[in-house]
Amino acid sequence: MRMIRAAAVVSTVLALAAASAGCGGGSDTSGGGGGSPKTLTYWASNQGPNVEADKATLTPELKKFEKQTGIKVKLEVVPWSDLLNRILAATSSGQGPDVLNIGNTWSSSLQATGALLPWDDSHFQQIGGRDRFTDSAVGSAGAAGKDPAAVPLYSMAYALYYNKKLFADAGISTPPATWDELVADGKKLTKSGQSGLGLEGANLSNNIHQAFVLAKQHGGDFYDSAGKPTFTSPGAVAGVKQWVDFMAKDKIVATGSAEYAQNQTLQDFAKGKTAMVLWQTAASTFKSYGMKDSDFGVAPVPVQSGTPGTGQQTNSMVAGINMAVFKNSKNVDGAVKFVKFMTSDAEQIILNKTYGSIPPVKSAQTDPAFNTTAMKPLREALATSATPLPQVPTESQFETAVGTAVKGLFADAAAGKPVTTASVKAALDKAQQQMQQ
Amino acid sequence: MTPPTTAAADESQAAAADSGPPRSASGRRGGPGRRPRQAGRLRNLSLPYMLLLPAILLELLVHLVPMILGIVMSFRGITQFFIRNWTQAPWAGLHNFRIALDFNAPIGQALLHSFFVTCAFTALSVGLCWLLGAFVSLMMQDSFRGRGVLRTLFLVPYALPVYAAVITWAFMFQRDNGLINHVLHDQLHLTSDRPFWLIGDNSFYALLIVSVWKGWPFAFLIITAGLQNIPRELYEAAAIDGAGMWQQIRRITMPSLRPVNQVLVLVLFLWTFNDFNTPFVLFGNSAPEAADVISIHIYQASFVTWNFGSGSAMSVLLLLFLLVVTAVYLLATSRRRQDV
Repeated sequence: MRMIRAAAVVSTVLALAAASAGCGGGSDTSGGGGGSPKTLTYWASNQGPNVEADKATLTPELKKFEKQTGIKVKLEVVPWSDLLNRILAATSSGQGPDVLNIGNTWSSSLQATGALLPWDDSHFQQIGGRDRFTDSAVGSAGAAGKDPAAVPLYSMAYALYYNKKLFADAGISTPPATWDELVADGKKLTKSGQSGLGLEGANLSNNIHQAFVLAKQHGGDFYDSAGKPTFTSPGAVAGVKQWVDFMAKDKIVATGSAEYAQNQTLQDFAKGKTAMVLWQTAASTFKSYGMKDSDFGVAPVPVQSGTPGTGQQTNSMVAGINMAVFKNSKNVDGAVKFVKFMTSDAEQIILNKTYGSIPPVKSAQTDPAFNTTAMKPLREALATSATPLPQVPTESQFETAVGTAVKGLFADAAAGKPVTTASVKAALDKAQQQMQQ
Repeated sequence: MTPPTTAAADESQAAAADSGPPRSASGRRGGPGRRPRQAGRLRNLSLPYMLLLPAILLELLVHLVPMILGIVMSFRGITQFFIRNWTQAPWAGLHNFRIALDFNAPIGQALLHSFFVTCAFTALSVGLCWLLGAFVSLMMQDSFRGRGVLRTLFLVPYALPVYAAVITWAFMFQRDNGLINHVLHDQLHLTSDRPFWLIGDNSFYALLIVSVWKGWPFAFLIITAGLQNIPRELYEAAAIDGAGMWQQIRRITMPSLRPVNQVLVLVLFLWTFNDFNTPFVLFGNSAPEAADVISIHIYQASFVTWNFGSGSAMSVLLLLFLLVVTAVYLLATSRRRQDV
């Protein structure tokens, strides 16, 4: 009897333990759909207005792929707020999707984890060769000198969006081409209930993108050629200060936007509360807020002087989404086939058209959809004047540390505290010291 | 646990012997004399532990194993280069702790700052939760029309899902479109300009308000339950002796509530000190400096900068601090109780 009782206890414990361990596993996202060559799991990033819209866009394309290859793709659209954490969790557990989208600025950081399949020549050959893609897009898919960790899928660049009616009301005929002109125009456009320029003080990545471009324009950078942080270099400090000064000194930005972080800027623009925004591929969002194509103009992002180009004439970061294959995938062949499908000319045109982005595949760019007045400045920026963010393993930390510093500076500016070269430098110094662990 | 009496042991042994034929054979094998009784006593002593075993094993699995893993991680240099296979991460010795505790360097300074912010936030939040909870439950003690409805209403914040509740607060705290500023500035004209609540120094108060709003119903619930156990005769006797309401509260209610309060304050302290959801939903993953509480800070040190070794070291320090506080608190309060 004692034996029976003990056995009963032990078996109960085991059953409970097994049950609880099962709970801990979470949803079943095992790689390779359990190793079957006929299924793939795909984590798509949220490119459309919402997750449901993305599902509606992608599902018919995945059906086409299934028809062509017999491989069924299980789609999950992961919101941006979760995507990086989900990827980190997948990396540490080894339980991830087969194919996934990543923000292209994460490429080097994720490359360093070793979780992603390196795209060497043989893999590139399977999808038609590396030459099919624009250089700047491939350049933002991993650290220089290493096989890229991903393949470019959608490319984006920053442009200056302006409200045509507000410009006409203020008597401005052409969009500004330099920052001085932008500030002058911005002052004309700023009055009660309306501001010249819209930005998002608490939006870390937005802060980073602009601070990076402005630092470039001041001849600085946040990393030196050896990959060491140089946040307090004069160029970087000047770049950050110029960005915050649009609110602090020039006062062409509404102080309320210091707490914006969730694209409220775009709503303000659509409502006519803001005359200009610097944004990547915002046209489709403006239209979803009820604006017509003729309501807003698209121009290149201003430079300090002259015209956009390379080096100090940079006017955009290379923004975009890359597609990566999870190294733990049990179906690498199928995954590569899927990447080939998604980067084929036909799919590139369909998907980039829907999402309002630019195809990183050169041959797809000739489609007329990417030569409209709204798209041309973006395409030209990518071709001539866009620079990838630093491709270093600590890029994610950089975005957080410097983005938080800039957020704090905007909070200071909004509260009426002075923002000086010294205070900017101090904030960036603190950010840099947090990097050196 | 009270030791089983001999009578009870005999009884249960008899019951066990009756329960099935196979068992009786083994029971009889012991033969006459003291042995079977001793075996029975042993069995009865071990039974409670056997019954506890599943719970203990689950507790180990759910709580202790992750905790030990966290402690192990804190001694390793787990950065993004090793998260794929963290058993390969190099041993870092006390490096992570040294960095976290070097209060002259930025990382240590930031941690210390965050620690002080958390202490101030916790003290205020727990204090206010308790005061509000105690005050309202005393007011609700005597029955009146609508008491049940009010009691239910007061518990709503506690019953709401945290995310839904806090995100609503985040909307209300928005500077330009939020309800708070609409009332304070547009309607009451209390402020000359619209204040920011989610960035800058006010964020501390925003966090405190939400935390108290969310936490006080629990204090109310527990104290209300505690009040039901105080015999009415005590109050009646005190009233006859001429004690006023204030004296009744001081001399009868509070001392009677002491054991309840002891647990309540401890639980509130631990919950508030560790609260991650409220600040995270309010501020996102980079909290303003004034509201940079320790849970968010550690999250940032590990998840956002991908340095899990460093984050684990900070968590271990937090664990040690909370253990010490809890131990001291329990020692101090239970000694006081013995004195009474």
